Amino acid sequence: MLEIKNLHARVEEREILKGLNLSVKAGEVHAIMGPNGSGKSTLAAVLSGKPGYEVTQGSITYKGKDLLELAPEERAREGVFLAFQYPVEIPGVNSTYFLKAAYNEIRKHKGQEELDAMEFLTLVKEKMKILELDTSLLNRPVNEGFSGGEKKRNEIFQMAVLEPGLAILDETDSGLDIDALRIVAEGVNKLKRKENAQIVITHYQRLLDYIVPDFVHVLYEGRIIKSGNKDLALQLEKDGYDRLIEENEKRQPALK
Amino acid sequence: MITANPPKVKEANLPLACFDAFETNEAGRDPAWVQSLRKAGIAHFAELGFPTTEHEEWRFTNVAPIAKLPFKPQLNPSSTAPSAREIDPFTFDHLKGNCLVFIDGHFSKSLSTLAVKDGLVIRSLAGELASGGILEQHLARHAKYDENAFAALNTAFFRDGAFIVIPKGVTIAEPIHLLFVQTSKENGAVCHPRNLIVAERDSHAIVIEDYVHLSDAAYLTNAVTEIYVSEGAVLEHCRIQAESQQAYHIATVQAVQERNSRWISHSISHGAAIARANVQTLFTGEGGDAILNGLYIASGKQVVDHHTVVDHAKAHCTSHEFYHGILDGQSKGIFNGKIFVRKHAQKTDAKQTSRNLLLSDTATIDTKPQLEIFADDVKCTHGATVGQLNDDAIFYLRARGIGLELARQMLVHAFASEILDRITVERVRKELDDHIYDRLERRS
Repeated sequence: MLEIKNLHARVEEREILKGLNLSVKAGEVHAIMGPNGSGKSTLAAVLSGKPGYEVTQGSITYKGKDLLELAPEERAREGVFLAFQYPVEIPGVNSTYFLKAAYNEIRKHKGQEELDAMEFLTLVKEKMKILELDTSLLNRPVNEGFSGGEKKRNEIFQMAVLEPGLAILDETDSGLDIDALRIVAEGVNKLKRKENAQIVITHYQRLLDYIVPDFVHVLYEGRIIKSGNKDLALQLEKDGYDRLIEENEKRQPALK
Repeated sequence: MITANPPKVKEANLPLACFDAFETNEAGRDPAWVQSLRKAGIAHFAELGFPTTEHEEWRFTNVAPIAKLPFKPQLNPSSTAPSAREIDPFTFDHLKGNCLVFIDGHFSKSLSTLAVKDGLVIRSLAGELASGGILEQHLARHAKYDENAFAALNTAFFRDGAFIVIPKGVTIAEPIHLLFVQTSKENGAVCHPRNLIVAERDSHAIVIEDYVHLSDAAYLTNAVTEIYVSEGAVLEHCRIQAESQQAYHIATVQAVQERNSRWISHSISHGAAIARANVQTLFTGEGGDAILNGLYIASGKQVVDHHTVVDHAKAHCTSHEFYHGILDGQSKGIFNGKIFVRKHAQKTDAKQTSRNLLLSDTATIDTKPQLEIFADDVKCTHGATVGQLNDDAIFYLRARGIGLELARQMLVHAFASEILDRITVERVRKELDDHIYDRLERRS
């Protein structure tokens, strides 16, 4: 589904990703972990097409298409979804109006008929239950005045409505208390299908108690230095990143 | 602030010559009190002339194109009136209230819808001049035409407009719609609408003053509206300027507020090549409250100018001012917000916010707060911002599948909605919102 090969990317002349490889198949959940500054959020930004991030080498293909050729909205219509680490408040833009516009753009792209307001509302109310969100949020401007937890739940709610092929969750657990974390994680689990995939980016193992990954990758200095199954996350929780980094440096000193 | 004797331009001679003929013909039939107002008006205009950019109040808005127009006042109704079908797109579909239609500044009975009740007075001003009374008490007593050349010109040449009296204690739920339609195909056609709205004690009403066009000529609308809000009364005034892009529009709105009165003003301006609105209120009693909302949208080479004045002449009054500007192309916006707090106006609470969105590198805005405070126990705040669309918000929308152009439109529209949402009548707000959305999509 997703193939990232030898990805190098920079922001403002500073190289952040330095040869990242990742292969994700349909039905899989991948966790990407790593210390601060390792390039986790840059990877999310590059995948979603955020302006300001320049890919200098390598390739990303998604369902056989060259993702780097596509504008952010085209990627979204193809099924790439980014759950933002910091969801943006947009005063004056009504949440329902926004989400209906997004939903119908994706439908149009797939050659499906657009939903009218009534049909959309029925769909949305059903999806809200998954995230235990209050329907009053729908009448408010996008993210405006939402609490930190509401913002994160709103991201997953949008994911539930838009049903992406590939969801990238960028530090969705940060700033959540344990109850909100459980609701968000359960929401994500309910959305898991054998035809879609998820990349969960996180600093802590905590989220992975709820979202069980098939693969865990450790990102450090712009490359994946170790991959494994869910046990790798537990090992990291116990030993911290330092030990792994040390081992890595012993193994590949030249790359440092 | 005061420039002594700003230089006059010779174009001012045109209106003066026109006035001589007007005075002996059409205006000769007016009652004496009106004739003397007109004489005073033209005298002030003769003295002031058309303003130039050397005049402090007109520093950023050059009205030379207006002064150069062949001055052809529309003194009499045109022989060919538009049909009801042509007017229909301009009326609010779902408003059941009164609608007064003025064609080229003259009242059209056949196109208007009048359902007067509760002692409400909604009439053509021209037909009421002979009766004097309240009209004579208020007309030209509030808008200062001794220092404003355009108000002086209007006072000399006005023919018609709306005369509205909301009787004591009466609440009129349905908005009163005043629709001014310009049809002249002649460059230099000038119309001088003159409106007087008197809200008597404890009354409550909403008036929409709306300027539209069926012609694309370089005409001039020079309107004056005086509003008297008596003790305890509430008057919402929604002014919409949607003139032809070739036309010129100058407006003077002067409110006077008695004790515990409330005036809610909306000034929405998106038409005309050059548009200037002076929106002013004066507190003559304590406990008054004024809300001044404004939205201006310009593109191409449009110039849109708002000068507001809130005169806190009495203590314990509040005023809140919110103006938003959306400027594209090579357009130019001007916002000047003056707040006077007079010596004894203690406990004044005045707030002013001017926010502007520049959508191109060549659009400009001059925004200036002007606070003159002579009392010591007051709360006055002001803030102005000028910015572009928020890149993070655009990316957020795009990351959900919304295209760049639609994302931009949504954000611009949202910025406009923050002002439109303040209009209390939902049906007016919704229709206006649609009009503005169309306008924003057409902008280029």
